[in-house]
Amino acid sequence: MSTATKVESIKLALPKGKLLPTTACLLKEAGLEFADYTPGTRAYRLKSTRLPDLSAKIFQEKDIPVQVAVGNYDLGICSLEWIEELLAKYPSSAVLKVADLEYSKGNVFLAASRYGKITSALDLGNGQSNWRIVTEYPNLAEFAALSLRLRRFNIFPVWGAAEAYPPENADLALLWAKDERELELLNLKAIKTLMPSHVFLIANKESWQAKNVSRIISYFSRTLEMKDKPWLKIRTQSAKSSNDFRPVSSGEKIWLALPDGHQQPPTAELLNRAGLKVDGYSEDRLSRRPIFRADWIQAKVIRPQDMPLQVANGNFDLAITGKDWLLDHVSRFPSSPVIEVMDLGFGQVRVVAVVSQEFPAADISQVMQSQAANVAPVRVASEYINIADKYLRDKHASRYRLIPTWGASEAFLPEDADLLIENTQTGKTLAKHNLKIIDTILQSTACLIGNKGSLGSSFKREKVGALLEMLRRAVKGN
Amino acid sequence: MNKTPKIVSQKCKGARDLMPKDMKSFRFIEDAFRKSCRSWDYQEVRTPTLEYLHLFTAAGTLTPNMLSKVYSFLDWDGWSGERVVLRPDGTIPVARLYIENLPPGEIARLFYVTNVFAFEETGTENREIWQCGVELIGSSKPASDVELILLAVDASRQLGITEVQIQLSHAGVLNALIKQLNLSPDEEVRLLDRILDGDWQALTEANPKNSEMSRLVSLFLDLKGKTSGFLENLKAMPKLPPNLKAALTNFAEIAELLDVLDCRYQIDITSTRGFEYYTGLCFQLTTRGHKIGSGGRYDNLIPLIGGQKTPACGFALYLEPLTDLVRPKVEQIEGPEILVRCDSAKTDAVSNTFKLAAELRQAGFVTELDFNNRKLSARWQVVIQDKPPTFIITDLIRNQKKDVSSIAEVIKTVGGSA
Repeated sequence: MSTATKVESIKLALPKGKLLPTTACLLKEAGLEFADYTPGTRAYRLKSTRLPDLSAKIFQEKDIPVQVAVGNYDLGICSLEWIEELLAKYPSSAVLKVADLEYSKGNVFLAASRYGKITSALDLGNGQSNWRIVTEYPNLAEFAALSLRLRRFNIFPVWGAAEAYPPENADLALLWAKDERELELLNLKAIKTLMPSHVFLIANKESWQAKNVSRIISYFSRTLEMKDKPWLKIRTQSAKSSNDFRPVSSGEKIWLALPDGHQQPPTAELLNRAGLKVDGYSEDRLSRRPIFRADWIQAKVIRPQDMPLQVANGNFDLAITGKDWLLDHVSRFPSSPVIEVMDLGFGQVRVVAVVSQEFPAADISQVMQSQAANVAPVRVASEYINIADKYLRDKHASRYRLIPTWGASEAFLPEDADLLIENTQTGKTLAKHNLKIIDTILQSTACLIGNKGSLGSSFKREKVGALLEMLRRAVKGN
Repeated sequence: MNKTPKIVSQKCKGARDLMPKDMKSFRFIEDAFRKSCRSWDYQEVRTPTLEYLHLFTAAGTLTPNMLSKVYSFLDWDGWSGERVVLRPDGTIPVARLYIENLPPGEIARLFYVTNVFAFEETGTENREIWQCGVELIGSSKPASDVELILLAVDASRQLGITEVQIQLSHAGVLNALIKQLNLSPDEEVRLLDRILDGDWQALTEANPKNSEMSRLVSLFLDLKGKTSGFLENLKAMPKLPPNLKAALTNFAEIAELLDVLDCRYQIDITSTRGFEYYTGLCFQLTTRGHKIGSGGRYDNLIPLIGGQKTPACGFALYLEPLTDLVRPKVEQIEGPEILVRCDSAKTDAVSNTFKLAAELRQAGFVTELDFNNRKLSARWQVVIQDKPPTFIITDLIRNQKKDVSSIAEVIKTVGGSA
């Protein structure tokens, strides 16, 4: 046997988004920097500037525990709450918490509105209420509800903006916040502190048992033992928008959900063209509860992904979202009462099936054939998990595994997934990442959605009719 | 090297196939159980496999540990967030059935054979478990607890299991002991959850400082009684809190009835397991070291899930251990079997084959057809030929052959010797 130890390659999963600046600073201090790991980077695959055998990939934070648990990555950096979210449902996941990296400290709170009827956990045990819990962490929420012995509860998973829902559209929100003061600024109050959370270095159990990753760990250890920790001084700006609660003035209202993110500027422009004046719905001053000059409209700003479910449940009469998210919703819930009311024309994207350029298939049936010969199931990564599932079912795909992602899905191909169901505007980004489109599933645009059953009162019928007419004229003038 | 293609099992983890020999035992148990229940005038019911999750989440129904193992999901119309589960328990759905379909307070004697689902992490044990359940709803009488124990023993006897050990405990006694610890409602529930998951140590740990209390707890936990006298002794102790005394009184009444009826048992407070909904007497049945059933009184369950205050008790026998226990007995009771074989493809011969088989079945024989020239395993074989003698009868046991020319003669030959 040779005495020379073979240097094994080590793969690291790194977070994008709000943790990126601090993580980059820590890695730099540790001597493990990656050239392209900077805010706004367009790269996904990173090579260590110093260690040739260390590589990394950038993921949405919540994808990291899963990617490490399934063994695609040896090590990962992410917040404790995402690790616990995985372990709450799958306690035997192969994830080890190796080191507390100490930054981005906060807590996961179960919180209620300061203006609602819930004042403490004791209120939850009473009566026959069905508590609605809105959260980005559905598994932790279920754990919390069961351990509080809630008699009856419904959990509504959301992509974000959980703070906007109570008290009208949910009784409780389970969310991360720095501290109770930050909750208060969001007009929420803590009912229960579920767990403290900060960033951890995690490892795949298999890698830890079979591979030597000690060199990398010791870089971290040395840095964590330093007196001066410059990365702890980096301020992660809180991205939360204001959430000023105002008691609803008397009289019936039309509840409208407006999108944040990419769809916000064109939606604001459309409202403007329709002659609907709104305060607190601009990029520089975004409120979760913008105010319409027309006082019969009551609005909230939430994620477009979450709108169909909210409209289905009668929390909103109308919402502006994308046809892609509507299709994802009805693919999951075919008997949902949500319908498209009006095509708004903007926000054009295609939902496409994508494989790597190297993948020997020109269309989806060839992907399935190549899989039939292979023992392993096709790994399908998608933000549109229900569209992807229905698409593959309709194609009679026999063995496939869905990997839910939270954006940045193109990074998954080809190492961590075989097929991608993803949206694209021009296809340029996909081509740049060496990917090819093999099928188009949907031409999507922004649309106004409504609930078939919600227009019960004559007031609502009249007002919704008026609103539709204003928007229709604005769209036509486009 | 030649590689034979590896056969990959496509069966779900924790699931199992029941083969004909398993089904024979399964049906044998079901039939015997049904017969016992019917003879006590219990009525059979069946509840759906899917139920809403919220039916099982109220405190006092399933422990959080059990809830973390239910198969729950959003249905296709689950946009309201309402989740459904694969039935994780047999009693709660029947309690729901009672509330929805029967007049409040009416005495109902119900039984069922059902599967229940619970996630088992390793996947080596069954995640789908079958049980034979009985519920007696509407009666709070100690005689009703006794009725269930006797019915359980009766059903076991029908299965040929005569040595049944009965272990008794009492959830009311346990709850009264926990009340003595003066815990907050939250801590109480958590302690009970630990105990019901089998961690009795938790009870002694909960209040180690109070020596009076720990003496009382150990008196209850460590000793095993054999008659109602044991319970009378406990009841006679000084300074017993009233709720503990009341529970002991109920326990002793039931035990005394069992004494009078000459039904032997062992009292073991620590034999309660699993269900938060028990309020009174709990019992467990074992035979030769196998736990084959358990039951108890659950007076608070029906009000907890939205019904009126209704006392109730029930038990379940577990099909898995019973299947193994009854297998030798089931194998003995194979009925007479006849193989009717036809090697010819001619219409007359085939027609004769079917005619003969029909008459044999009519005469009470299990008759298998064979057009594929198989080796015989049944005792009797009748070969049908094109030309007379049309029927050749073989008796494998006596090693005899006989040629006959009519169906009536076949029946006579086989019937005469079988």
